[in-house]
Amino acid sequence: MTVTGLSQLATVIEKYKQTPGSLLDVLAEAQALNGYLSRPVLQQIAEGLALPESKVYGVATFYSLFKTAPTGRFIIRLCESAPCHVRGAADVLAAIEETLGIKPGETTADGRFTLEFTSCLGLCGVAPAIMIGEQVYGNLTPDRVKEILHNLGN
Amino acid sequence: MPIYRSHVLVCGGTPCVLKGAKTLKDLLNKELNRYNLADEIRVVETGCLGPCDEGPVIVVYPEGTMYSRLQPSDIPRIVQSHLLKGRILQELVYQAPWSPPSAQEVPLEQEKYLGLQKRVVLRNCGRIDPDSIDEYIANDGYQALGKAVTTLRPDEVIEMVKEAKLLGRGGAGFPTGLKWSFTAKIDADQKYIICNADEGEPGTFKDRLIMEGDPHGIIEGMAIAGYAVGANQGIIYIRGEYALSIERMKRAIEQATAYGLLGERIFGSDFNFTIQVRSGAGAYVCGEETALIESLEGNRGEPRVKPPYPGVAGLWGKPTVVNNVETLANVPPIILNGPEWFRRIGTEKCPGTKVFTMLGDINNQGLIEVPMGITLREIVYGVGGGIPGGKGFKMAQTGGTSGGCLPAEFLDLPMDYDTLAKAGSALGSGAMLIIDDSHCVVDLLKSFMKFFVHESCGRCTPCREGTMRLYEIIQALAEGTATMADFRLLKELSATMQLTALCGLGQSAPNSLLTCMEYFADEFQAHLNGRCPTGTCKNITVKSDAV
Repeated sequence: MTVTGLSQLATVIEKYKQTPGSLLDVLAEAQALNGYLSRPVLQQIAEGLALPESKVYGVATFYSLFKTAPTGRFIIRLCESAPCHVRGAADVLAAIEETLGIKPGETTADGRFTLEFTSCLGLCGVAPAIMIGEQVYGNLTPDRVKEILHNLGN
Repeated sequence: MPIYRSHVLVCGGTPCVLKGAKTLKDLLNKELNRYNLADEIRVVETGCLGPCDEGPVIVVYPEGTMYSRLQPSDIPRIVQSHLLKGRILQELVYQAPWSPPSAQEVPLEQEKYLGLQKRVVLRNCGRIDPDSIDEYIANDGYQALGKAVTTLRPDEVIEMVKEAKLLGRGGAGFPTGLKWSFTAKIDADQKYIICNADEGEPGTFKDRLIMEGDPHGIIEGMAIAGYAVGANQGIIYIRGEYALSIERMKRAIEQATAYGLLGERIFGSDFNFTIQVRSGAGAYVCGEETALIESLEGNRGEPRVKPPYPGVAGLWGKPTVVNNVETLANVPPIILNGPEWFRRIGTEKCPGTKVFTMLGDINNQGLIEVPMGITLREIVYGVGGGIPGGKGFKMAQTGGTSGGCLPAEFLDLPMDYDTLAKAGSALGSGAMLIIDDSHCVVDLLKSFMKFFVHESCGRCTPCREGTMRLYEIIQALAEGTATMADFRLLKELSATMQLTALCGLGQSAPNSLLTCMEYFADEFQAHLNGRCPTGTCKNITVKSDAV
């Protein structure tokens, strides 16, 4: 993390220091600064909030939206729950794997895309669905998902 | 206030937005400007209209014409023909999947979709602009809160909710009035109302669309709950993935605060109430109320041992009422119209309506609100429009992935909490996953169980180990390597989990498995013999005695 990043992190910690139960908010804002929560970042948060490092690490690894390792610029989260499964999520997965050459849990060599599974996103009305970053996409077919990835890749 | 001759309501629910509703709205405004109609016709972005599969959807009022499956190129045609010349474009009008009773009874196109429906919770969804508190107020909004704090004592409010027999709509179906009364009678310096909007049950997206479509209804319900139990702080915990819900709820809270409907001395009374929005970080188990509270306190979202229940010792050890979004949205109409009115809807034991999400192998995926006690058949073949591709009905999983699977013989079962529990399933969150006969039971169970393996929080052994073992055995069934002993173990393990898991997650994880083992025993036997009847399990090892 850069020097600016570290001072921004200090500001975040300062903002929440007095609010009980704010660890999740601090982690979310810290992650927004650098894309993931590195060991030094977690250490600084633990120190700043006067919490054991084990507790901060435990919380950070409990929730799927927190990342403790670097990810690609775009995180593709593919819903693998039953409603998407029934509507053909497996074909969408195959199309993503083929286009990007990665399996779930992996990141492309150029650091652009990380592919991961997620549980239900509540987009079942337009299943199968994925999220890329904050953006949601529904009614996917293999062709449609290839087109989306192609557009993002350029 | 300007008077408009027509209103065009553009569905702003996530499913329609994904299908290009925002582009349609921009195009509409552009076309209206081009014909100088902007002063006569108002475009309103509204909440979910229901037929998500037919999106993007718009409705033109006063005619109530619903246009569906719109392309951008349709917009200039609608403006020229309908809005300029008053000629409805029949070829784009939404076709209801069934015939309405008679043209006189249901004159509006939208009513065709709403035919079997009774809208209490979704009363404003798709009718008002969710970002406008004025439109909510114009539809009797905040009148129930005013009535409660100025004319009713807190115990009278609780009595009304009890008399209405409102059951919690999050899944467990606990009587809401009773829950409130536990917290109300405790003397404490601080109490909390938590709205549980951590919707994560696969197949469920009702709370998302209620928040997106009518955020003020939830705020009003929370404030009434706060008045009833003596809480002055409300928290709405929304899952982190629901960006639009978070945004709309925050805006609605700001508006209500600016109008003095939240804050101090509400309606000139002594009642103070504030609401803050907190967001989750991706954990299904946080939908369990004590896990949610742990998360709010900044911890891993692991459930607590109960008792004590949150109503007695919840957030920060203080008495806390945790209610689901849909439950709270039912409260204002009950206070406004009275418990007798509410009890006239639905069944005797489970009055009121239920918001269902219909999905899977069904022609109309989407959101519906119908009286409790509607049958599965009416949902699948009525509102749902049947099963596509000429395939047959195999089963419906009711209540999401934690619910059971019911075969065709249950099609005429009334859908309410009581009846479904007796059938080994659950009404749960109201997700109805319809599955046609091309799917393999074992393959589906693999998907269901994988979910629980992923979402088990790991705190208690029956769930942490049990979900994984169940998954492994089902995987073995799919590969044709499972034995009769494995099959017996599935039953034993399921019973152990139901009895000993710490929270609802582990207790309900085997529901789908147990119902499938009972109703689709032949298919299990076939897999034990190394044969997948639907041909879905491609890696199955064919045994010597099988074809």
